[in-house]
Amino acid sequence: MNTSIKPAGNKLDRRSFLKVSMLASGALMIGVGSYGTLLAGEAGQETWIPNLYVRIDPDGKVTIISKNPEGGQGVKTAFPMVVAECLEVDWKDVRVEQAALAVDDRYGRQALGGSRGTPDGWNDLRIAGTAAKDLLVAAAANEWTVPASECYAESGAVVHKPSGKSKPYASLLKTAATLPAPDVSKLRLKSRPEEFKLLGTFVRGVDNQKILTGKPLFGSDIRLDGMLYAMYQKSPVFGGKARSANLEHILTLPGVTHAFIVAGTGEYNGLQPGVAVVGTGFWEVNNAREQLEVDWETTHADSTASFDAQAAKLAGEMGEVLRHDGDIDAAFKTAAKVVEASYYYPFVAHANMEPMNCTAQLHESGKLELWAPTQNGKAAREKISANMGIPESRIHIHQVRMGTAFGRRSRTDFASEAAWIAREIGGKPVQLVWAREEDMRHDFYRPAGWHHFKAGLDDDGKMIAFDHHFITMGKNGKTISGASLSPKHYPAGLMPNFRFRWSIIECNVPTGPWRDPGHSAYCFAYQGFFDEVAIAAGRDPLEFRLDLLSKSYGKPPLDLVRSSNTLKLAAEKAGWGRDLGPNRGLGLAFHFSHRGYAAHVAQVVAEGASIKVEKVFSVLDVGPILNLSGAKHQVEGCVIDALSTTQLEVTFEDGATRQGNFQNYRLLKLDRAPDVKCHFIQSENPPTGLGEPPFPPVGPAIANAIFAATGTRIRELPFRRSGITI
Amino acid sequence: MPQFTLKINGTDHSLDVPSDMPLLWALRDKLNMTGTKYSCGIGQCGTCTVLVDGKPTKSCRSRAVNLIGKEIVTIEGLTADCSHPVQKAWNEVDVPQCGYCQGGQILAAVALLENNPKPDDAAIDEAMSDNLCRCGTYVRIRKAIKLAAEYAADEGGAA
Ligand code: FES
Ligand code: FES
Repeated sequence: MNTSIKPAGNKLDRRSFLKVSMLASGALMIGVGSYGTLLAGEAGQETWIPNLYVRIDPDGKVTIISKNPEGGQGVKTAFPMVVAECLEVDWKDVRVEQAALAVDDRYGRQALGGSRGTPDGWNDLRIAGTAAKDLLVAAAANEWTVPASECYAESGAVVHKPSGKSKPYASLLKTAATLPAPDVSKLRLKSRPEEFKLLGTFVRGVDNQKILTGKPLFGSDIRLDGMLYAMYQKSPVFGGKARSANLEHILTLPGVTHAFIVAGTGEYNGLQPGVAVVGTGFWEVNNAREQLEVDWETTHADSTASFDAQAAKLAGEMGEVLRHDGDIDAAFKTAAKVVEASYYYPFVAHANMEPMNCTAQLHESGKLELWAPTQNGKAAREKISANMGIPESRIHIHQVRMGTAFGRRSRTDFASEAAWIAREIGGKPVQLVWAREEDMRHDFYRPAGWHHFKAGLDDDGKMIAFDHHFITMGKNGKTISGASLSPKHYPAGLMPNFRFRWSIIECNVPTGPWRDPGHSAYCFAYQGFFDEVAIAAGRDPLEFRLDLLSKSYGKPPLDLVRSSNTLKLAAEKAGWGRDLGPNRGLGLAFHFSHRGYAAHVAQVVAEGASIKVEKVFSVLDVGPILNLSGAKHQVEGCVIDALSTTQLEVTFEDGATRQGNFQNYRLLKLDRAPDVKCHFIQSENPPTGLGEPPFPPVGPAIANAIFAATGTRIRELPFRRSGITI
Repeated sequence: MPQFTLKINGTDHSLDVPSDMPLLWALRDKLNMTGTKYSCGIGQCGTCTVLVDGKPTKSCRSRAVNLIGKEIVTIEGLTADCSHPVQKAWNEVDVPQCGYCQGGQILAAVALLENNPKPDDAAIDEAMSDNLCRCGTYVRIRKAIKLAAEYAADEGGAA
């Protein structure tokens, strides 16, 4: 089979443009398929391409296009499942093909991030599958000259109900191609979990065979004829410029073909200044890179110590008040009890399993071709175009698989560097791979934050006042990526007296989206503090939270019923309140982010100074589940990642990151991994992604369980600051 | 620079690389066998694991030239059709998320089961804690190893 066939659009015949309709995203759906398009090397065969996502070959093979990049979130399996569900074909007959980044917006957003893939794609994918299925049903009805209403589709065939006769899709392609496009607004789209046959079942990853046999699949697996390898050394102090370097020496080293300074644009999220070293292999180039002596011009000396000192000073100030409901001062005066506590979390790195990389080639024709493990090819293309003056239409991006993403690969730096180097070396393909040390020292970190909370309780132990001073990171007085917090955030709106204020520390460290940006950090603070307040009020932490979610003041900041149900089910699954015996504890936490509701109950046991997380009971309400395997994967993965993150921190000294590799950034390994039991509350609510919502409440659930088991309240990350190791 | 031969997945491969080049880079950049992955380069993650005479070995820390005469198995050499009990179990349980670490995980599991056909949780923890999975597939790795042990037992212990 020729796999180089592009999705519909590249080979449209003239008629195809006559009848088009819109998908929900605004992308064009080609109404009349390019019937008659001959596939190269398969003369005489006719393939039906009813729309962007579907291709049916005359032998009945169904190909479904996956539009978004894959980095372990499972979209390459889950999205085609949606199309297959609505197209009424058997999953075993489906092949999935990864789309390149389209030259136009035909697919709508082709990016990974913000758990947006699922909500964005849901309508388009259902429309694509359903529209194609309806055309096939209409084609069969025409051929049989019976009303279409007497026919239905099942397992890749159309069945005429009264007579029981059936026709496989493959036999209907020619007729289907002559029919007018269905009216999208009249399509009946499946939306209820009870209607699904394939969706919601356990489906294995479409790339499993390749992964399990070591086939090339990832960005850094690309091998092209004559390809060179590159590294790009940046200033250890963020943003530094290279004044000079010992390039003559570097060029004498074995395997080195090129070495040059790049002025860059000065933007972190773009082409930073640096020194490129190119040669015949990673090993040779990395050896040479280690011998680089560069004179860097730097402009700051940010450090963890200076951030800490500024935060301590700002803690005594009022900061900027962003929201004030009721009268906070009066409420504290009348409160029966006041609880105060401060929470802190540090910067952390993404530490992607596959270091940043990108392969690029500038062709003689002027076309720039990139094999980019990117979460946002469009952003990379725009940036490269701006950096290099190459029109976007001349930049072609293959969306190659990513060895994890987590938000890091939404940045455009690595692709910008590879593209620039490709032009400098003149025509040969080149693969840029960052050494682990560069990956860790030039990340876009999750920023640190300090939270000072004060809660006022009435005589019944009800929280009536909540003051929150957030000290965060910014530049020129504005918060930087990942450092913001909405004044609408829960518990705002659930309290008569509420104040939220912030103070901003000037920061030259690059920051960026990090798996559920913001939420994955500050949830630890909120949910730990709520636990403290509940206990100070002499109330059960579950009952206290449910009470808080029972009433809103004005428009509720989240769906109170879905929130409460999620919490209740987690408590029920975990057997909340049961007696665990000595040294064991259960802890609870809840969060709402990216349209997803998540609650976890962690069960821990204290083994001396070390804690073992035995089990995590997780409940998620994200609407219907697309792929049960993928959904569980994301919950399990979030639990492990979040537990791991309670142990980690990145620190800075003299403007540079101190950690460089896994020996001082110790991610969780299998022996400390808890068992994860997950449950989904399924509903007709539109689905949302699961790559992020499960993450935030994991850390605080564990911290609260540690309190229950040991009496140690953890208010700072990493846990070892409180003398706790996992 | 010596020319030498390594036996990889049962086939002789001739190499002409510096004597300090780790096997990882000889595999990836000289032989274009990219199944073995790079992540840390300092022996901390296990992503680059291969089997050398059946023993899990970090190829980023093993010089290629030192492996002359040894049997090297990479993920490409396990079976091409996923019929090895470990590959089968890995697919059944659907272990991979991004998949980047999984070649190393699978080879570590193969070696474990060779030595201990019925490992308990403690043995799994011990054998598998050199391999990092950033996606957090640990829960499924445990499950898949137990399943692979069953498959292997059904096949008459020929793991
Ligand atoms: S790359 Fe060899 S152990 Fe990490
Ligand atoms: S599956 Fe992604 S790192 Fe293990």
